[in-house]
Amino acid sequence: MAELSWLIEPVYIVTIFFFIIGMQRMSHPLTARSGIVWAGAAMLIATIVTFFTPNLTNLALIAIAIVIGGGFGYIAAKRVAMTDMPQMIALYNGMGGGAAAGISAVALLGTTTATTGSLAVVGGLIGAVSFTGSIVAFLKLQGWMRPRPITFPGQHIVNTLVLALAVISGVLVIAQPSWIPLSVTMYLPLFFVLSLGFGLLMTLPIGGADMPVVISMYNAFTGLAVALDGFSFATPNYAMVVAGIIVGAAGSLLTLNMARAMNRSLSNVFFGAFGATEEKGVAIQGSMKSIEADDVAVLLAYADKVIIAPGYGMAVAQAQQKVKELTDLLESRNIPVKFAIHPVAGRMPGHMNVLLAEAGVAYDHLFDRDEINPEFPSTDVVLVIGANDVVNPAAHRQGSPLFGMPILDVEQAKNVIVLKRGQGRGFAGIENDLFYRDNTRMLYGDAQESVGKLVQAIKKL
Amino acid sequence: MTDVTMLWTAVYIAMLAAFTGYVVISRVPSILHTPLMSGSNFIHGIVLVGAMVALGLATTPLEQGIGFVAVILGAANVTGGYVVTERILQMFDRSGKKPKKEV
Repeated sequence: MAELSWLIEPVYIVTIFFFIIGMQRMSHPLTARSGIVWAGAAMLIATIVTFFTPNLTNLALIAIAIVIGGGFGYIAAKRVAMTDMPQMIALYNGMGGGAAAGISAVALLGTTTATTGSLAVVGGLIGAVSFTGSIVAFLKLQGWMRPRPITFPGQHIVNTLVLALAVISGVLVIAQPSWIPLSVTMYLPLFFVLSLGFGLLMTLPIGGADMPVVISMYNAFTGLAVALDGFSFATPNYAMVVAGIIVGAAGSLLTLNMARAMNRSLSNVFFGAFGATEEKGVAIQGSMKSIEADDVAVLLAYADKVIIAPGYGMAVAQAQQKVKELTDLLESRNIPVKFAIHPVAGRMPGHMNVLLAEAGVAYDHLFDRDEINPEFPSTDVVLVIGANDVVNPAAHRQGSPLFGMPILDVEQAKNVIVLKRGQGRGFAGIENDLFYRDNTRMLYGDAQESVGKLVQAIKKL
Repeated sequence: MTDVTMLWTAVYIAMLAAFTGYVVISRVPSILHTPLMSGSNFIHGIVLVGAMVALGLATTPLEQGIGFVAVILGAANVTGGYVVTERILQMFDRSGKKPKKEV
């Protein structure tokens, strides 16, 4: 098939063009859907022409591997519930990183020059870190691993040491100094074990609440690793280089935007072990007061203005359809309903928007933090549906682990109703002052059921 | 191409590509952050073509083994990334009036 190899470069160029158009379209709500189709078509043709690479052997193996990996990816992604999407992104991102590390390994086992070898080493390091790091993120979000930060004494020193050793072994892989009587087959496994270990160690101390930022950063990492690996071949693969760099740059910017939305610096996310420490000496005043659905229905039915603040609990309970019903019902009674969307409500930015859009809530009902915060004092009822850390007023108190995080100031509303499964803490594992406020009432139970009861009760009024 | 020319070509390309990535994402509403993260996750699935070449040019059993795993991982990145992004973006599609019910 080598006679068709001239097709490869032009097709790769078209691929990159389609990728850029696809991402461009994905950045606008109206064209977003078509964006992924453009990118998908490009990926398909790029994969097909790659079979025309000169001297390509092991074709059957390649085909089998594509069927296995592609089949797994397709089925798992189709079956998973909408609420579990964040960890699926982490998982697939990790796999991309793993593939990049594998390409580096194969390249370094063969013959490389100083330049291509160095690029392959750096790509391998970043890819391996992204691989194990993303897997830890996946396990934490999936609940197969304790989501709270895992810390131990001397952690930073151990992590730095492991990274330093990984870098040193990487240098040895390229330099192979004659005074050390070891071959590359010795350094290479060592290099990858240390790199993989560093990704693991680096992610363990990061709490579940920070995972969106972490996933986004590993996404940028994988992009970078892919770009570097593009140079590890005898003829550079510019499709990998350009697509990888674009993802690396876009991913980095996205990571910074997310961290900014939480008012946290990246170093704080990675070294802060957020939520690991308990605030000492602050006793919360007041008690938690529960309320029945019927009473909430009365409050809602005679309110002048209602704001709904959704969080991850709404996603877990799949309550968005019921919430939409409640919204329609209240609006039919001429009560304006707005949604307060915290940038990091749920497990990743835009998580709530996605779920509410799924339920058919119009965009113009959704407001972000800065738009909605001034409105809380003039609001009669705020329904907090499964949100916790993003409405915790402890963020205003110096010394709290949440201090400085911009929150939805729901506590300023006349009545705050918190729909919550039980008395547990939020993802960050921090006690919520809001629940103890005088104007707060707790409506316990599954969010979908609770909102359903509210709808029924209001209809009877 | 010598190593040095290749390196400089790489720097040019990297600069332009980084700028493209930055511009494409700089004015995105926060509502699209998740689908875009997922979409860019799909795009770095281009690693699959690299893995295919790595496996296709592999000679020793060790290289073949690593290449085989790399192609599996890359292919999963591609299909999984596509389906996840597609499913998320499906919800933004306002043309079909009734959203599909999740079970």
